[in-house]
Formats: sequence, structure tokens, C-alpha cells
Amino acid sequence: MTTHAEPMHGGHDDHHGPPTANQSSRVDPRTLGMLLFIGSEIMLFGSFFAAYFFVRVVNPGAPDHWPPEPYHFPVFVAGVNTAILVTSSFTMHWALQCIKRGERTGFLAGMVLTFLMGFAFLLTQVIEYLNVGFNTSDGAFASVFFGLTGLHGAHVFVGLSLLLMVIIRGFRGHYSPEHHHGVELPGIYWHFVDVMWIVVYATIYLL
Amino acid sequence: MESPFRSEAAAFRFLLITIGAFALIVIMSSLSTVLGFLTFLGLSAAAVAMYLRQRGPAPDREHVASLGGPDERRILVVANETVRGEELLSTISTLALTERTQFLVVCPALNSRLKTFTSDEDPAREAAQARLDVTLARLRSVGIEAQGEVGDGDPLVAVDDAMRTFGPNEIVISTHPPGRSNWLERGIVESVRARYDVPVTHVVVDLATDDGE
Repeated sequence: MTTHAEPMHGGHDDHHGPPTANQSSRVDPRTLGMLLFIGSEIMLFGSFFAAYFFVRVVNPGAPDHWPPEPYHFPVFVAGVNTAILVTSSFTMHWALQCIKRGERTGFLAGMVLTFLMGFAFLLTQVIEYLNVGFNTSDGAFASVFFGLTGLHGAHVFVGLSLLLMVIIRGFRGHYSPEHHHGVELPGIYWHFVDVMWIVVYATIYLL
Repeated sequence: MESPFRSEAAAFRFLLITIGAFALIVIMSSLSTVLGFLTFLGLSAAAVAMYLRQRGPAPDREHVASLGGPDERRILVVANETVRGEELLSTISTLALTERTQFLVVCPALNSRLKTFTSDEDPAREAAQARLDVTLARLRSVGIEAQGEVGDGDPLVAVDDAMRTFGPNEIVISTHPPGRSNWLERGIVESVRARYDVPVTHVVVDLATDDGE
């Protein structure tokens, strides 16, 4: 619905190729994409939490104790795992600050440490699954436990894949104080994964 | 409103807040389940309130590159209901006295919030287009050739779009008088002045007076 009384950009014949894309939003398109993705992830986690609270609170047959007797969650191990994951967010933040200052060694060290701690978290979770003493067939509580922690574990796996790509590109000399968007976006995702774990750990293991 | 995931630093800060909040919830829950639940509700309400109230960092002032020739003056006129006002027509006529002046009149397709959310914007665009057609015809009748387009429902976005496609040297914003202008209440004129490094002229159009004459 545009009315033109005369040509819009007369006298600009030196321009080649398509016009620059118009961008109304002030948010960087890539960051906006990550925001929308995280928004959808929050909804996904929300549906799993809805199932969890139904099983634990709303369901008339909800157990008096959580987890129901005779099962128990490895709270201490998961607590140590939580500390590892939270620490990995600090190293992620440090890595990004380093690349912003042009300190490549600090950046690479931070990224490798973040990856290693994320990997340790995932490995510990697998070991926890093998030794937890119940399986998905042991009731709804077990289903929501494996569902929520497994969903989060899948996100950690995705985050680790992103971190690995950053590390490979970093060792190949990519990124600079001016261009580090490829580190920023996985960083946002990694912190989101951490935030979700804090919520999962607090509601399932501690409350 | 600013998203807690707008940058890595913001996401990291949000993580620290989450850790603190859930530590408090767990501590309160260990004392009493009800207390824990109330803490959760209170913190959630506080978080929502802070999120809605916070204003993000002021964006840098943008340099607007003129898309016209070296001796060409390009003026962006932004108006909606007041686009037919005599004061605005008079201002445009005065500005048109300068040679090689190009005008782009933008009418934002103002819409209700509900209709915006439901993508029901066709009637708003049609109404804006009708006002624009009348205005362009009036300008043409006094010898002023102007381009025109219907803009986004948000006047700031409409201006932002026009800045990129038209590249003006000057902006004229027409509003209702203070007290009756939604745009003034929202600080549209101040926002445009703060956002772009081109002169902004504010024209107040009192349609009640215009219609009475």
C-alpha cells in the first residue's frame, strides 16, 4: 500500500545488487532468533513441569513423600553436578570477556573448561541414571524424573555441540574483539541451560 | 521491556539471580511448604514487575545518511488523524518553498492492541491509506508533489522504516494538542529526537478548531 508520486530513489544508479534488508527491530536478527528459540524451549520445559506438578501435587494418588518410598534421589551427587554446571557458566562468561578484550589464550582456556565441565555434568548424569535404583517402569514419579532430567540432559548435549564448534573455530583463529557473535549466542544458550537446571534441581531434588 | 537473554552478560546475570531466588525458595520451603510457595509467588511477582518496569540501555543516536542528491532536501512527514490539519499543510507549504525539496508522508496504520495481536490490521491500513490519499491530493492541488506510504502501526517503527528507505534530512511530526495526543503521552517526538541526528519539527494540529472554522 504505497503511493508514489515520483521515483523513490532517483539518481542512485551506482547501487548494485538487492537493496539492504530493512530491519525494523533493534534486536540483532541472530540474537532475536536465539530469543525466540529459547522462548519455545521455555514452553517445552513448562509442559514437562506441568506433568511433574500434576504427578506430585494435583494427582489424587500423589505420594506423601517425594520420591515415594523406598526410592530416593542422589541429592548430594546432583548437588555437586549442579556446582559443576554453574561453574561452567562462570568460565563461559570469562571466555567471552577474554575474547572481547582480545585475550585469545583466556578465551580458549575458558571455552575448553566450559566444555569439560559440561561434559562432566552429562557423564555424571549418565552414571546417576545407571545407579539411581529405579526405572521409567517404576511409576509416574520415575517417568517425570527421567523425562525432566533427560530433557535437560538433551539440552546440555546440544549446548556441548555448540561449544565444541566454538572451540574448533577458536583454535582455527576465528573470533576477535570486534567479531564474537558466534561465542555470544552459544553463551546465551549455555546460561539458559544452566537456569533450567537450577529450576529442575530445586524442584525435583530439593523441594 | 528487555529480555534477560538479550546478551550473554544479561543471561549470566539472570542465572545468578535465579540461583539466589531458588536458594531462598528452598530455604523457606524447608521451614514450611506454605512459606516456600509464598516466597515463590512473591519473587515471581517481583520479577515480573521489575521486568515490566525496567528500561533498557538507551540506544546510540543514529546517524541518518541522506539518500538524496547533494543539493536535495528530503523531509519525512509523519502524521495520522492530523494529516488533514491546516497547520500541517501550512508547515509543508512553507518547507516546499525551498527548491528541490522531496516529501514523504507516512501515515502509521494505528490499531488497537487486541487487533494488533490478532493481526487484524487491514481496516487500520485502509483507513490510513484513505487519509493519505486525501492528503496527497490536497498537497498536489497546491502544487506540492509528495510521496506517501502507510507505515507500521507503531509510529516509532514507521519512522524507523522510513529512515532507511527515504533517508530524510528533516522530520516533521504532527500530533494532536497535549492532553489529547496519545503520541505525546508516549513521548514519540522526544524518542525520535533522541534516536536520530536530524532536525525534528513538531506540529500541533487542533482538529476541533480546524473543523469549526
